[in-house]
Amino acid sequence: MKLKSRLVAGSGLLLSAVLAMTAVVGFDRATAREPEADAPSNVRRLTEAQYRSTIADVFGPDIKVVGRFEPDLRVEGLLAVGTTAVSITPAGLEHYDAIAHGIAAQVTDANHREKLVGCAPNAQDVDGAQCAKSFFARVGPRLYRRALAPAEIRALASAAVSSAKLVGTFDGGLSTVLAGMMTSPEFLFRIDAPGKGGAQVDGYSKASRLSYFLWNTAPDEALLKAAANGALDTPEGLAKEVDRMMASPRLTDGVRAFFADFLRLDDMATLTKDTLLYPAFSPAVAEAAREQTLRTIVDHVVTRDGDYRDLFTSRRFAMTKALGPIYDIPVSKSGWYIHEFPENDPRSGLLTQASLLALHSHPGRTSPTLRGVGTLEILLCQKTPPPPPDVNFSVVQDVNNPTLKTTRERLQAHLTNEQCATCHRATDPIGLALEQFDGAGTFRTTERGDRIDVSGKFERQDFNGAAELGKILRQSPRVSSCLVSSVWRYANGRDPGPADAADVEAMKRRFTDDGYRVTALMRTIALDPEFYAYSRPQPSPEPKRQASQDKKGRNS
Amino acid sequence: MTRPTASRRSFLLKGALGGAAVTVGLPILDLFLDNNGTAFAKAAGGGALPIRFGTWFWGCGMIPERWLPTTTGANYDLPVQLAGIKPVQQHISVLSGFDVNLDGKSNLPHVSGNIGVRTGGVADDWRVIRAPTLDVLIADSIGGGSVNRSLDLSADGNPRTSYSYRDGASMNATVPTASELYAKIFGADFQDPNKADFKPDPRYMARKSVLSAVGEQRRALLTRVGASDRQRLDQYFTSVREMEDKLALQLQKPPRAEACMVPQAPAAIKAGTDLTDFEARKANHKLMAEMLAMTLACNQTRVFNMTFSNSAADLRQAGNPTGYHQSTHEELIDAKLGYQPTVDFFATRCMEAWADLVQALASVKEGDGTLLDNTLVLAHSDCSFAKNHEVSRIPMMLAGRAGGRVKPGLHIKGGGDPVTRVGLTVQQVMGVSVDAWGLDSMHTTRPISEVLV
Repeated sequence: MKLKSRLVAGSGLLLSAVLAMTAVVGFDRATAREPEADAPSNVRRLTEAQYRSTIADVFGPDIKVVGRFEPDLRVEGLLAVGTTAVSITPAGLEHYDAIAHGIAAQVTDANHREKLVGCAPNAQDVDGAQCAKSFFARVGPRLYRRALAPAEIRALASAAVSSAKLVGTFDGGLSTVLAGMMTSPEFLFRIDAPGKGGAQVDGYSKASRLSYFLWNTAPDEALLKAAANGALDTPEGLAKEVDRMMASPRLTDGVRAFFADFLRLDDMATLTKDTLLYPAFSPAVAEAAREQTLRTIVDHVVTRDGDYRDLFTSRRFAMTKALGPIYDIPVSKSGWYIHEFPENDPRSGLLTQASLLALHSHPGRTSPTLRGVGTLEILLCQKTPPPPPDVNFSVVQDVNNPTLKTTRERLQAHLTNEQCATCHRATDPIGLALEQFDGAGTFRTTERGDRIDVSGKFERQDFNGAAELGKILRQSPRVSSCLVSSVWRYANGRDPGPADAADVEAMKRRFTDDGYRVTALMRTIALDPEFYAYSRPQPSPEPKRQASQDKKGRNS
Repeated sequence: MTRPTASRRSFLLKGALGGAAVTVGLPILDLFLDNNGTAFAKAAGGGALPIRFGTWFWGCGMIPERWLPTTTGANYDLPVQLAGIKPVQQHISVLSGFDVNLDGKSNLPHVSGNIGVRTGGVADDWRVIRAPTLDVLIADSIGGGSVNRSLDLSADGNPRTSYSYRDGASMNATVPTASELYAKIFGADFQDPNKADFKPDPRYMARKSVLSAVGEQRRALLTRVGASDRQRLDQYFTSVREMEDKLALQLQKPPRAEACMVPQAPAAIKAGTDLTDFEARKANHKLMAEMLAMTLACNQTRVFNMTFSNSAADLRQAGNPTGYHQSTHEELIDAKLGYQPTVDFFATRCMEAWADLVQALASVKEGDGTLLDNTLVLAHSDCSFAKNHEVSRIPMMLAGRAGGRVKPGLHIKGGGDPVTRVGLTVQQVMGVSVDAWGLDSMHTTRPISEVLV
């Protein structure tokens, strides 16, 4: 620790360099492993949202999916990238098993079986084998996202009949086997298969990639059909399906899923605030704030097909009653509507929405640093190294300090310490611009009696307040470039490798040419042959770890 | 990467044959059913009482001058921050002065030290740990034969607060509330070990058979994928096999467990309860600790992890804008007192919560002693003095006698030895076949003999 302090005391720039080097070099030396030579993954675990939407598609939205899921893993900012790193632990499988049995019991219960099973053992079908066959022939392809061979269907039906004998009822047997299907790797994971020639994945894997990307759910019957008849293997056939899916209202689900992951809105579910300090905040408000952001985005990028960058300046906020107290506006309408804030209002753009403001704050107060780090990392794809371990923060944020009353004054004390200043110069101005919004996202103009100063500089441009900062972000090429690489990483479930650089750069140019339309970008990716590339497994006698991949460039 | 080299079955058989590890391909039911059920009884805790292992974690360490006992051996003195353990001091050994060595690697605050204690090797991100956490190693050794190989708990309401990992991508998520713990252990699948009559439920047989079919896909799927994917799918299939074993256990009459008393279902936590508030957290933890005691007494697991607060101690006091973690860095040292008063408050109170857990285990009578006598719990934090994120002198404690294998109630000074000596000791006590543990300069072959009987 001491050695490092000396090393970095002279130069702030050196700090991040040293931190980056210790991390990377330290890792390589410690493990003495060859860099991971593995090809990109062909196996993704369904996210909780994908699991839920798949079940709703196959069995209907009134089937309740009850239980805790094994937590998804955020890797390099995206859960989608984590899906190619995670497996299922024993305790996690128990959760999936319990959820599956809950679903299967509903599918076969009195309320649903007529619609969802539709047959029962009878005089011609004494043990119900025929009924089970017809059931599995119908739901099997939807759950496994591929055609099932007749032998597979027979095996499932025969398992159902055997189970029925054990448990005493046909429905019990059917339900046991159905739950088993939902506990199977073919359901819980998306395992790609190679197509003809091996350069691309097969038609069914294409259908899954496309469907989970654009709709965040399993392929529908039409898409499975296009996979089966080879249509997805021709440019025309693929374009036809992509057009159909882009025109569907379900595109909204795909857009929401991307932005929920990109903006890390899943964290709103566990966000807590001190209710004495923020009485207006509650779990219901947190949920409404999350929904507000997603609805605002859908309104802008789907319904109005707007320029992505305008999200940073837009005054149109989706609004609902629960959020009235946070925004200090009267809401008399029921349900959701679009509220337009007036020209001079401090609410302007995504950064001033309660979700992001509250997410990047402490439970009892704001944190310009957290807000700055969050904005840079999420919206500009710029990482901030972790703080060095041996910093004395005492002066920085003593909230009772009689001379340093505001957060800005306390934070500025940081800048006298070169070791801290390097990063804080980058993060804090953004956060300080948002200081007029408290830890729950409510507007204020003073802190402990002193006026809050929201002026600052970002990318060499002066601003005063969140609205002006939003305008600068809107113009920053880094913001649009970050969006493109994030959508690419989301779609592909991994970071781009050297071979992908040209592909990503071309998409960035295309995004600009298309007027920064998110849906156009999604279409470009959905039609990109690289999106369907099959990564040929490299056989290895010793299974190797995956974890190291994430580490490279962690502090870059 | 250490992976379990033998199947659950060999672990079980090891128990049955009294030590020698033998791997056989017997179907699990046959294994249990021959021998008139005594194999199962021994494996799951019948006959001799089972020995359990657990970890207890609290974040943000302590203030050394106000926590470290000055006298060593038995009847050590209790400084202010340790005063909370007084009622259970005779059960607790304090292990002070053991260090995490960074070996030139960066110290990621609140992460590196914790990883060092639990995996025996430093890393600055859980995703790149180089060995499984020691609870996983112990569970691989003794967890078989219980309905749950291991039970991961956190008192903060967040299932992601876990420091138990098989590898960097496999975190064992936690059960974060008492009511969920109750549902998991004492819910529909619970087999009361003291119920007079037992009838195997054919539904378990049907489920097991279906799961076996799922497991049979393993070979076909593994040949289709690359090395990393293969490892991930293999982990999945290991989980499938564990569930099959669990279902097999459900088909057997569990051995009697005299200390087992099925608890009442606790009320669910009120929506919006702020579990970052210290009092709310302590209450949730106490309820969970009591439920955990019954889980152990009823032979539902032999290994547990309990996280009281996360590694950057998310604790607060309602109405105070500054939380514990922020206070460790920002609070000025009071000139008159000579320490940070808010930090002192939280560090002191965390030890009360630790005493709650020890007390919960000590309150259950089992055999000639208590449940705690048949348990070993390792408590530790992520750092010593949180203000500077110091990973030397990380506070650690042991509670319980591990069935008579461990002497409790001592203060032992580590003199700057690596923390891995503690990790090696607990593994050896719990019967893991290991004579050295730890990576880089923390590699050690020396258990702490002073606590061994």
